[in-house]
Amino acid sequence: MRAIYGLYPDPDSAQRAVEVLQDAERALGFKEKQIVVLSGEPYEDHPFGQRDKKTIMPWIAAAGGLVGGLLGFWFISFTQKAYPLITGGMQIVTKWPDGIITYELTMLGAILTTVATLLITARIPDWRRHVFDPGVGEGKILIGVVNAPESCQDEIRRRLCSAGAGDVKEFAG
Amino acid sequence: MMNKTPEQINQDLLLPLNSTSWRYYVAVAALGSLVIMGLCAWGYQLDNGIGVSGLDRPVFWGVYITDFVFWIGISHAGTLISAILRVSNAKWRRPVTRCAEAITVFSLLIAATFPVIHLGRPWLFFWLIPYPSERGIWPQFRSPLLWDFFAINTYLIGSFSFLLLPSFPDFALVRDRSTGWRRRIYSIVSLGWRGTPKQWHRLEMAMRIMAVAIIPVAVSVHTIVSWDFAMAPVPGWHSTIFGPYFVAGAIFSGIAALIIAMAVLRKLLHLEEYLEPIHFDHLGKLLLAMSLIWFYFVFAESLTIWYGNEPSEMTVFWVTRSGQFSWLFWTMVICNVIIPAPILSVKRLRSKIGWTVVASIPVIVGMWLERFLIVVPSLSHGRLPYAHGGYRPSWVEIAITVGSFAAMPLLYLLFIKVVPIISIWELKLGQHEKPAEAPATVPGIAESVPASGR
Repeated sequence: MRAIYGLYPDPDSAQRAVEVLQDAERALGFKEKQIVVLSGEPYEDHPFGQRDKKTIMPWIAAAGGLVGGLLGFWFISFTQKAYPLITGGMQIVTKWPDGIITYELTMLGAILTTVATLLITARIPDWRRHVFDPGVGEGKILIGVVNAPESCQDEIRRRLCSAGAGDVKEFAG
Repeated sequence: MMNKTPEQINQDLLLPLNSTSWRYYVAVAALGSLVIMGLCAWGYQLDNGIGVSGLDRPVFWGVYITDFVFWIGISHAGTLISAILRVSNAKWRRPVTRCAEAITVFSLLIAATFPVIHLGRPWLFFWLIPYPSERGIWPQFRSPLLWDFFAINTYLIGSFSFLLLPSFPDFALVRDRSTGWRRRIYSIVSLGWRGTPKQWHRLEMAMRIMAVAIIPVAVSVHTIVSWDFAMAPVPGWHSTIFGPYFVAGAIFSGIAALIIAMAVLRKLLHLEEYLEPIHFDHLGKLLLAMSLIWFYFVFAESLTIWYGNEPSEMTVFWVTRSGQFSWLFWTMVICNVIIPAPILSVKRLRSKIGWTVVASIPVIVGMWLERFLIVVPSLSHGRLPYAHGGYRPSWVEIAITVGSFAAMPLLYLLFIKVVPIISIWELKLGQHEKPAEAPATVPGIAESVPASGR
């Protein structure tokens, strides 16, 4: 992987850089998904920070809770019926006490599904080498293009500078 | 609100991870010695049997169960308070949340050891776990003790996730500023976090879902702990208000523990610019509210019992108000209301960190006494007068309790050496975050972009 990127000191200049790259992508022969944005904190109040925002994570969590609860109740009732206990006519599958454990397993299902969904959709863990700069941790915002065509790299560099990059660098990994 | 550059924030909050004074080692050694003492006492009990504790007929629940309920209560400091503050989007939460979440995880771990210590044969603990044994016998799902098992484990897994997930960006920050083996370790634990918009969105969404999910779990945990008592027709226990009463007491003791932990961390790690008096003032207001709510529950419960005048209930009532346990009861009231409420009612005192700590320390003592007063007097004064008895904790129980009280700060000290105790990215986010109704504009875009690039 190769990348050209600029480090921007504030979100406004970073937004400017993203827009410059989006405007030029067709002319320079790369696609929007090749534009990379990295920051040390979320910038949800800027358009560049709202990329890939759409998610169905809440629905997946709800489904996970439902599955956890149903599996929990099935498991408890199965074990209660599995042992031939003489109850003198009382319920073997006791709904109120079983409901408490079902409730806990519902919440556990939702929690575990949320964690799993985060890991899968955020693509972590991923220990491969990707474009990165330690300046991101110091408050800078990294905007760049990965695997850009050789012919337009100088133009990308120029545009990143024009948008306000303090420094334009290259990454090869 | 302090105004620092991201680099200054990094330097200040990562300093405890990079430098260690001799005082730190002394504190770890002292606390570690007390924990080892507690473990040795437990070893003595394992070797000689549960008979070395003060537990005897009719009091079969004593200090161990008191400690269990107390530490479960302290665990409400963290995840519940942090989740409520996240859901309500309280801006002042940012420096507080991780301190609080760490308290939850550690106190839950400590609490979970006490039922095991309390078992006469703790090596049979795994019988609580539903597994297909060769005897074909499953756990008794109708037992509140098994509800505890599920509730505490759900809360522990949820709280650990709640603490861990927002730590990934900070682990990545430590990774980028480290070398050698530290860099390798933090590379692994940060899971390759980079900070793409997608990762940030997913993390924030996950934290929102977790915050919503963890609040009812936290409430259920202490409700179920209260049902360990309330489901039994024992005088003083069989009460419908025990669920909310326990939850209120748990939040009360949890906030007090959080205030003390924050004050100590502020002093030790020089976090004066991050943990400001305003944070203690806000927590002080919460503590005052919980003190009054707790007193309301005690009053309501006492009045109902007194008015009902049921003989066995009245025996427990009088033994705690004017009999054998009265000095503990009135110490509890002094610690939980008489001392903290007036201090926290006066804004001039509440806004001073020292005074909020002075109000919080007695609450910890008072809430431990409250748990003791729930457990022991009811068992020692049951329905049948000929079965009344006494209870005095043995040195083994006291040593294990002291060890648990040392384990909490010890775990905390070890934690602050590997994880930034304040969530760095959330603190930075708070510095640049704009109100939702003021959308961002990008000035100067037309002027700065060359025509060829459009």
